[in-house]
Amino acid sequence: MEKAENIIELKAITKIFNDNFTAVSDLNLEVKQGEFVTFLGPSGCGKTTTLRMIAGFEQPTQGQILLNGQDISPLPPHLRPVNTVFQRYALFPHMNVYENIAFGLKQKKTPRDVIDKKVGEVLELVDLEGFEERSVSTLSGGQQQRIAIARALVNEPEILLLDEPLGALDLKMRKEMQLELKNMHRELGITFIYVTHDQEEALTMSDKIVVMNDGKIQQIGTPEDIYNEPRNAFVADFIGESNIFNGIMTGHLKARFAGGVFDVVDDYPEGTRITGVVRPEDIIITAPSEGTVRGTVSDIVFKGMHYEITVESGRYEWVIQNIRTPEIGAAVGLKVDPNEIHIMQAEDHTNYFNVDMNKEHRLEFNGHVLDADLAKIIKGSSRNAAGTLIGANGEVIDPAKVRIVAAIAPKDIEMTDNAEESLVQGEITNLIYKGDHYSYVISTDIGQDFIVDDEYLWNMGDWVGLILPPDKMNFSVKR
Amino acid sequence: MRFSRKALGIPYGIFLLLFVAAPLAVLFYYAFTNGSGQFTFRNLTGFFTDANTLGTLFYSFALAFVTTVVCLLIAYPTAYFLAHSRLKSKSVMIMLFIMPMWINFSLRITALKELLTMIEGNLACYPFLNSVLGMTYDFLPFMILPIYNVLTRLDQSLVEAAKDLGANNTRTFLKVTLPLSMPGVMSGVMMVFLPAMTNYVVLDMLYNSTYIMGSLIGSYFSAYNWHGGSMISLILLGIICLFTLLTDTDKEENVRGGTLL
Repeated sequence: MEKAENIIELKAITKIFNDNFTAVSDLNLEVKQGEFVTFLGPSGCGKTTTLRMIAGFEQPTQGQILLNGQDISPLPPHLRPVNTVFQRYALFPHMNVYENIAFGLKQKKTPRDVIDKKVGEVLELVDLEGFEERSVSTLSGGQQQRIAIARALVNEPEILLLDEPLGALDLKMRKEMQLELKNMHRELGITFIYVTHDQEEALTMSDKIVVMNDGKIQQIGTPEDIYNEPRNAFVADFIGESNIFNGIMTGHLKARFAGGVFDVVDDYPEGTRITGVVRPEDIIITAPSEGTVRGTVSDIVFKGMHYEITVESGRYEWVIQNIRTPEIGAAVGLKVDPNEIHIMQAEDHTNYFNVDMNKEHRLEFNGHVLDADLAKIIKGSSRNAAGTLIGANGEVIDPAKVRIVAAIAPKDIEMTDNAEESLVQGEITNLIYKGDHYSYVISTDIGQDFIVDDEYLWNMGDWVGLILPPDKMNFSVKR
Repeated sequence: MRFSRKALGIPYGIFLLLFVAAPLAVLFYYAFTNGSGQFTFRNLTGFFTDANTLGTLFYSFALAFVTTVVCLLIAYPTAYFLAHSRLKSKSVMIMLFIMPMWINFSLRITALKELLTMIEGNLACYPFLNSVLGMTYDFLPFMILPIYNVLTRLDQSLVEAAKDLGANNTRTFLKVTLPLSMPGVMSGVMMVFLPAMTNYVVLDMLYNSTYIMGSLIGSYFSAYNWHGGSMISLILLGIICLFTLLTDTDKEENVRGGTLL
């Protein structure tokens, strides 16, 4: 039989738990022989569930798992030629190191002398020669981790599954083990499937990264692809630090976002709603007159290798990494090389903007009080008799310590000539006919762009007021 | 005088002195003296040369052993089921097993007696069986709870690791679950075996006139043979100490495992 190029294929895997929680939905993945593949995502994204389905601890609700072209989904874990390194090592406490490592071989009725030889070899591989008789409880975390790896590898699995194996180790140990695992992978040529929520770990070790969120694959690619060409805002945000802005294409290779028009290299038709992603290290600080956008330095943090500089530009915030820094309060310009701006077509075009909490604990935007109940927005809070907002632990909430972001869809914003009834005013800087409605970009006098859908025609350069109904806004609390 | 934390131990210290140390000293005194107050080993040698007392020791052992085995055979599967069930009514189930402990002991045995009389007719026909049943009924919760405690605290990733390494369900149980639940089994055995050797009230109430260690000691004292009775108590104490030492070899396991409640 011809050996399949893909050692393992997941076909349309869905996992729904008893309580109707969909952990993984319609997941398709191919892993090649000898690859180091990492499932990366925040906790609860379905990465561990996927790994457990490959190991056989969970049964997929739907779909097939093909190992070398054979469907293994009905097989129980002990009949699958894969082995797992568990998050908390899971070494048997009633056995010594030798017995732990020999456990798998004994199940296969391997002769004693062969077991002895293999245990010795694998202990050498993990640099723990002579530890056979040690009790596992006398080992350090790092040593236990090595034994757990040895215990899995001694069975010569076709695939080694690693479930956040370095999560319990300290930073220095973790870095060491990352390199050692990478070396082991290179030496042994076995396929590794690795689960982590640590993006740096994933970038360091993997041949291929599978970014997951909400049970779905967000992007599959090499570490370079994932970092440089994130496919959506989630990936961009999760991998490394990013400045992410909603915007719109205003012309050929020109995108408007964050209050400025940038030259870009991604070609989308004019009027396409986009998300612009700029890595903090790619932003160039210039004199105010030379920047694409202008702003004021509001915060500087020394990070050892570089400074992390926060620049307020209108109502947008830029995070910049640089080895030199201007003073706090300095007026600066910001520009970005077109090659370093990553433009993605946006899935939705919700307007996000910061709203303030005033001293009376009411929401305020651009000096107008919003008719929205803060007690419902901040979890666990309530108002006392005097109308003061009290947190879950009975403390008075400090308006300065809470940042609230409001979201409103373009179709929920109304434009008006009457400045009196509007929350904010601005100039129409872009308009596109979308078949049944017009899509406008309004650059407001407070330095924030709003995208508004309206069926009536207004003109470029019109000065309009925007009505933002608070009942159509979604509020979320940051920090 | 300054109040120190040590002062908190004084009440218990007095209790210890009056009701533990002093009686034990008296016990030793009587065990190694004869009626005229002279030191002797006669009580000790007497116990091991008297066919009646040795017979009682053997009978107690047999009764306690069978009771323990029966309890274990019922308790382990029950505890295993309870620990692994995903029932919402789990706490209710555990309650059901603990609840008999809240009902007065003699009332429970009386109820059992009536039930057995209905089934067997004359209780005197099956004295050993009835005693085993009575004791099992009485001691079962003490076996279930420690095993249940250990099993619920057993790290499931160890069970998964065993399966992952190629062990089927049976071998996983024998090689991982069972050895790791031994601390619970051991404390259960301690809680059942030792009381079963001495709790003669169960035998009395179920019309089993055979002596066990408890009733033997009682009989010596009611016959005013304080010296012989003390010696038997002391021998029983020795057996219990020996038993505890034998089952308590791995201290670390016992700390991790569960003693009762």
